[in-house]
Amino acid sequence: MYELKNVAYAYGSKAVLSDVCLRFDSGCFYGVIGPNGSGKTTLLDLLAGHRRASQGTIAFKKKKLHDYSRQALARLISLVPQQFAITFPYTCKEIVMMGRHPHIPRFARPGVEDYSIVEKVLEQTRLNGFENRLVSQLSGGEGQRVVFARCLAQQTQVLLLDEATSNLDMHHSLDLLDLAAGRVKQGATVIAVLQDINLAAMYCQQLVCMKDGQVLACGPSADVLTAQMLKTVFNVQARVEYNHFSQSRQIVFQRRAGHEN
Amino acid sequence: MGRTKFYSVAVMLRQASAFLLVLLAGVLLLEIIFATASGYLNIKFWDVARIVFAKLFGINDSIGHLDEVALAAVWEVRLPRVLTAALVGSGLAVSGAVFQAILLNPLADPYTLGISAGAAFGASLALVFNTALIGIWTVPIFAFGGAAATLAAVIYLTASSGDYTSGNLILSGIIVAAILSAGVSLLKFLADEQVSIIIFWLMGSFASKTWGEVVLAATAVIFGVAVCFFFSRDLNLLALGGRAAGSLGVSPRRISLVLLITASLVASVCVSVSGIIGFVGLLIPHIVRFLTGPDNRRLIPVSALLGACLLLFADTVIRTALPNEIPIGVVTALIGGPVFCYIYRKRQAGSLG
Repeated sequence: MYELKNVAYAYGSKAVLSDVCLRFDSGCFYGVIGPNGSGKTTLLDLLAGHRRASQGTIAFKKKKLHDYSRQALARLISLVPQQFAITFPYTCKEIVMMGRHPHIPRFARPGVEDYSIVEKVLEQTRLNGFENRLVSQLSGGEGQRVVFARCLAQQTQVLLLDEATSNLDMHHSLDLLDLAAGRVKQGATVIAVLQDINLAAMYCQQLVCMKDGQVLACGPSADVLTAQMLKTVFNVQARVEYNHFSQSRQIVFQRRAGHEN
Repeated sequence: MGRTKFYSVAVMLRQASAFLLVLLAGVLLLEIIFATASGYLNIKFWDVARIVFAKLFGINDSIGHLDEVALAAVWEVRLPRVLTAALVGSGLAVSGAVFQAILLNPLADPYTLGISAGAAFGASLALVFNTALIGIWTVPIFAFGGAAATLAAVIYLTASSGDYTSGNLILSGIIVAAILSAGVSLLKFLADEQVSIIIFWLMGSFASKTWGEVVLAATAVIFGVAVCFFFSRDLNLLALGGRAAGSLGVSPRRISLVLLITASLVASVCVSVSGIIGFVGLLIPHIVRFLTGPDNRRLIPVSALLGACLLLFADTVIRTALPNEIPIGVVTALIGGPVFCYIYRKRQAGSLG
């Protein structure tokens, strides 16, 4: 799906990504992990076409990403941004319908298909009953679910999730990632920046591990997630074990001695 | 529970926008005729309708029996003023709605970026130096030039700071407006006996407008409203934030720039025609958003009509009901300020927008 060669990005003179070489295939759930400020969001910005790499090339479906029009990209790639505050009091349904924007011609009204997709997505995200609630009156977690629903309604082959579970309780985090995994089963590609490494271990088939704007490791989750890697990337003491109950690797951490003050 | 019910009624109201649009169009039409009929010289409602109809379609037979004075009062004096008031109300309201959507700030208005200060400076310049380069059009053209130059300066300042985000734009607007206000103060100081003319111009008025101003305002407002309406769905997406708008196929940078320039030009023409009339651009979109919801496809056309209705109403009241004419800009601020306070308090309680 994606092929990144020697990609670099700088904000002014400050380099945030350098020499990134990655490949993302379709039908796979990718996780991006790394400490704060390691360039994860910038990577997603580049993949979404929101920013343009200062160096290197990004190929998307065998064509340069920047040869696509914005409209064309919007039909192929959707994004759940980290900041999702919505300024005006739209209803949840109106927000989810905005996900259909790239599919509806200018001045046309949403068709029967658009309405049924929105209906279905609201059902899937358990937001039925929220249709006419105003987004300005929702809690942070509810708002984030509405934004994810909008992303699903866009019906794209690629879903980019930037900490899409940051405000969700455990129940809704699992719900959201299950839905994303469901899309992967249907052939979509999910690339999710996640802070919760255990959730990443449960859902992501492949992991990209970043630090200081560089890719330290990428590959099958089982290979990337090692105690040594977590020590290098996050500077934490961790133990990584296969857990039968979660059917994935799970990580437990140790309190850091001498940091109580 | 009561609150939830209140909001579901408000949401249901949003469906009735088409009805609202037709209703307001009807009200505006009647208001135009009533406003033209009323005044010092009393003219019958039907005579006004007859004169307008006859003039529009070039049939002069049906008005042959009417008084020459009445004819001139309607066609040469009142109708230009009435239409200018309606057009300026419309332009300011739409411009305000668009500014609020771009700046992601419901407290923004057409003057947030310093357009009024720029126009004031341009007009003051023309008035102080008493230039009549272009006849009666000198002051409007200087005002428009000042507003356009201000907009260019604000966009230039913002562009050098990175992106057209609302914070950057508002900050640039405040800086430029502050400099220009000082400039206006200096001009007032230099003006001597001309100072009263400047002050009166700044307070805004529709008195003695001509067909030239009607045509100018109509061109700008109709063009501006059409462009804003064309991009109204894209404008909605800006509320989701730049990244999300981009991922839905809309370039936030491009749409902001195009609509910013359009809305500013509309506001500049309005200011250059009528002086500075505050609170219309702030208040009307607020009231309309309460009725139609924040969707700009409904907000923009309904604001255009309600802005026209209300500003024309205000102008007609001060023209006909008061013993002495008060500048319209003062009236809109005196009425608009308290109304805005009330809405603002409501908003704190319910965040309906």
